[in-house]
Formats: sequence, structure tokens, C-alpha cells
Amino acid sequence: MHPDAWPAILLTLQLATVSSLILLLIATPLAWWLSQTRSQWRGTVSALVTLPLVLPPTVLGFYILLLLGPNGWIGQITETLGLGLLSFSFTGLVIGSIVFSLPFAVQPIQYAFETMGRRPMEVAATLRASPLDAFFSVALPLAKPGLLTALLLSFAHTVGEFGVVLMIGGNIPGKTQVVSTQIYSHVEAMEYARAHALAAIMVLFSFLVLLGLSRLRRNGERVVS
Amino acid sequence: MSTSATLSICLSLPRADFTLDVDLHLPAQGVTVIFGPSGSGKTSLLRCVAGLERAFGSVVLAGAVWQDNARDIFKPTWQREIGYVFQEASLFEHLNVERNLTFGLQRVDRNATAQALAPIVELLGISHLLTRRIASLSGGERQRVAIARALVTRPKILLLDEPLASIDLARRSEVLPWLERLHEDLRIPVLYVTHSVDELARLADHVVLLEKGRVVSSASLSDAVASRQLASALGEEAGVILDGKVVACDTLQNLTQIRVGSHHLWAPDSGIAIGNSIRLRILARDVSLTLSSHDDTTIQNRLAGVIVSIEPDVHPAQTLVGVRCDDLVILCRVTRRALTGLKLDVGASVWCQVKSVALIV
Repeated sequence: MHPDAWPAILLTLQLATVSSLILLLIATPLAWWLSQTRSQWRGTVSALVTLPLVLPPTVLGFYILLLLGPNGWIGQITETLGLGLLSFSFTGLVIGSIVFSLPFAVQPIQYAFETMGRRPMEVAATLRASPLDAFFSVALPLAKPGLLTALLLSFAHTVGEFGVVLMIGGNIPGKTQVVSTQIYSHVEAMEYARAHALAAIMVLFSFLVLLGLSRLRRNGERVVS
Repeated sequence: MSTSATLSICLSLPRADFTLDVDLHLPAQGVTVIFGPSGSGKTSLLRCVAGLERAFGSVVLAGAVWQDNARDIFKPTWQREIGYVFQEASLFEHLNVERNLTFGLQRVDRNATAQALAPIVELLGISHLLTRRIASLSGGERQRVAIARALVTRPKILLLDEPLASIDLARRSEVLPWLERLHEDLRIPVLYVTHSVDELARLADHVVLLEKGRVVSSASLSDAVASRQLASALGEEAGVILDGKVVACDTLQNLTQIRVGSHHLWAPDSGIAIGNSIRLRILARDVSLTLSSHDDTTIQNRLAGVIVSIEPDVHPAQTLVGVRCDDLVILCRVTRRALTGLKLDVGASVWCQVKSVALIV
């Protein structure tokens, strides 16, 4: 491995870890709401959450870049707060990754809550557990396979993202350059050997994630039956 | 009616094909069986008492107001002192048996130790299951754990929603005897939803008959079984349920003698010791009427009585005849032709020939 590859690999892992952990915190309550609500906004919110799944990453990256930039309202807020602009920074990448991977985190958790049904929460209520208590002591443990799937999927998806990172981060070596964008740079510079090394790692990594997911699914089924 | 010792349920709830509309005052002790065909609103009624569903009206147990729309009171389920057993056991699959049991315990008393479970674990005979995973339990074992779990919180009322319906027939014997034991040992009122006559006969002290969301009758078991409403709800299974005591045993003939009121009946011996209380069921189709006492018959149980009622039966050719024999009423299924042939009417003296007596242990 060429020593230049390490900063990008480390940054990729760092970005994926931070994004998927934050995603879990955002996606769990969102998935719970979507699985329980009878609100008229359910369809709208559900469509918005799913949008990143179908939009080209460049479109997503473009709008987030505009929002974070000096004329975007997030950019203006961060500048007023003295935080500077988030575009072309690690924080900007995290924000982009969260939006990009949101459906991959929400859907498995929502599915887990929905297959669980209302019964476990009703049982918990008859055993004197308040709704919040029941959420933590019953719903979350029962949805564990879904939570793990969400974590794994959003981590892997963040590692594999390209368009959003390129738009928001700008592929700055040592600062916002991740593995996928570095491969792109290598190819542009005709450094095929170095691109190969990184690409092979990505293939291996993705394979392992999918293997882990299928293991997880088998365990999950055992828990349910 | 005193409000302190009763359960008052006054609710209305529109459903898809009927409106649940009840105004019940039930004894705050013993087992009240809520009986009716499926889709009659039994489960909805139970869920409303538990607060799992919101109907309009009021629910008051022994002075504690759980719901009263007039005063804007609605206690959520988790603040009601209930024990609830669902049709399928619904145990928490992520916890083992013991932790399923302690789930409620920890929430009513933070300092409670697992020792507090002992009497209930013993009552339902599940001490050997405590460390087991839920997935490894049979249907009957699951339901017994579910009942124990509901009792652990020391509820003021136990609500059971067809607890045997999801268990196959052969396995029901794993649960029913324990339910009967509860019936004897438990000091709290029990609402028991079922459409099984067998469970009704074994467990009920009081019967609420529900049809299309309305209460058709609410009476003590002995009054209910002799009533036209329950007889028509039971259809082919119409008959009476009587409480008696084993007084003698004929070991040579394998027969048991049971005293019911002032009468003595013979029934096949089922190994119940002399002195024990017992419930028995006499189906209307197993009873025939004669005008005089016959000794030249194979039928062993003959009771003298007076016809007190003649009601239409399921089939237009037949009638259900109520005969009062001193202190008990027996129902017999008789064809209309036989009635007119023998010129039988209300007030006539007859002998009831009881072909078989089913013991309900």
C-alpha cells in the first residue's frame, strides 16, 4: 500500500463511523414515528426520507453544497455563530453522508418496528411500563437485528459514496479526500496500480459487509420464530 | 347497588359492523365469563376495561375511576392495576421466563427480589421453566407463564382474553386445571372472555352473554344456564350446570354418587374423593320425560319435578322444557309431537330421566 493511501482510508473510516452513529440516533426515533403514526404527514415524511435513494448523489450534493455555502441559510447560520462555512470540511461531509444514507438507516429499523406489531407495547403497558420505559425495555431490544442492519448498511453505504463527497468535500487530499474519490484521482492521473489496490480493498470490504448482513438476518429470524 | 364492591362498565364503542354498547355492574369477586360468538365484541370490551382501546363511557372498579368521560378521566393502561392475558401468550422473546416474570414486578416495586415470585410460580407450576428461553416453551407452558406474569404485579383485576384459544386441544389440559386452581385461590375478580361452553362450565361464577355488542343477559351461572338466552346461545350444547358434592363411591361398579341440592345422582367414577365439591353438566339432549316413575329402564338417574317452562329450541320440531325438581332446574330437549301426545304443559308433573351426567372436574 502506498503511504499516500492511508490518510484517505482513515478519513473514510472516520467519516463512516461518525455518520452511521449519528444516523442511528436520528433514524431510530424517525422510524418509530413512521411505524406508529396515523398522521396525515406520514406519507410526505416517508417520501422525503426515501428521496436520497432515487436522487443522483450529485443532485443531493449540489443542493447541500448550496445550503452550506455562504449564500445558503445553513451557511449563514454557521457563519453568524462563528463556526465558519461547513462546505469543504469534515463536518460538511458528515452532514452530506447523513442525508445520503438516511433511507438505509430508517428502513430496516422501521421494518423491525412494524413486524413487531403493537402487541409487545400493549403487553408492556399492562405490566405497568410507561410508553418511554416500554420503548427502551421492549421495542429497542426486539428491534435489535434491525438496528444492527441499519448500522452496517449506513456504514457501508457511506464508505461507498462518491458523488455527494465530491460535491461537498471537493476531494482535497488529507482533508476531504476519501477512498472513493482518491480512486477517481488515481484513474484521472493514469495511476492504475494504485487505483487497483484501493478498489480491491473496497470490493473485499463490501463483500464482508454483505456476508455479515446475511448472518445477521439468519440470527434475526431465529429471534423472531 | 354499592359502588365500592363492584366493577361497573358503562361503555359504547362503534365497530365496523356493530356498536359495543354495555352497562354492566359485576361482582368484584369470582370469575365472570364474558360469553358470546366470535365478533360479538367480547375482546373489545376487555380491551376497553384495560384502556388498550378508548370507548366512550366509564369504567370503575371498587371505587377507583379508570375512565369517566363526564369528568374527563382516562387513565392510560400502564396506570391501571390490571393483569391482562392475551389470546396468544405474547411473552417477551428477548427475555427468558424469569425475566418475563420480573418485568412487571420491578415496575410495581423497585426493591422487589425474585423471591416475591415464589408463590405465583408455585401456583402455576412453572418453577422448572424459570431459566428457559421463550422459544423452547410449549403453547400451554407459554400461557401459564403469561398468566403468572400478569399476576406478579398484584393486580386488582385479572383480564383473560380467550387464553386457551391459541392452544391445540390436547395441550389445553396443560392450562385448564391451573385456571381452576386460580379460581379457588384468587381473591381478585376475573373477567374471562371465551366462546367455549366447556370453559364456561368449568370456571364461571357469573355469566355475561354478549351478542353483536349488546348484553343479552348478566346473571349468576346457575341462573344463566337455565335461562332461555344462554340455552339459545349454546344451541346443540344447551343444558344445565350444577354444583354438587361427592358423597359415595361404588368401587365395584365404578360409579360415584353426587349430592346436588336434595337429589342424589350417579355418575361414572372419575377418581374424585368423597367430600369433594364438583361441577356437573347435564345436556338437554340427554334428558327425557316420563309421566310415571319407571323401574324397568336402564336409566339410573330419575328425578321427579314440575314443568316450569317450554321454550322454542334450535330446530322447530323440538322444544326446551325446563323442569323444576325441588331446588334445581333441569332442561330437557323434547319434540313438540311428544309434548302434545302426552298433553304436557307448564305445571304438569313429570319424571326426568337423565341418561348421562358429565362431571366437570
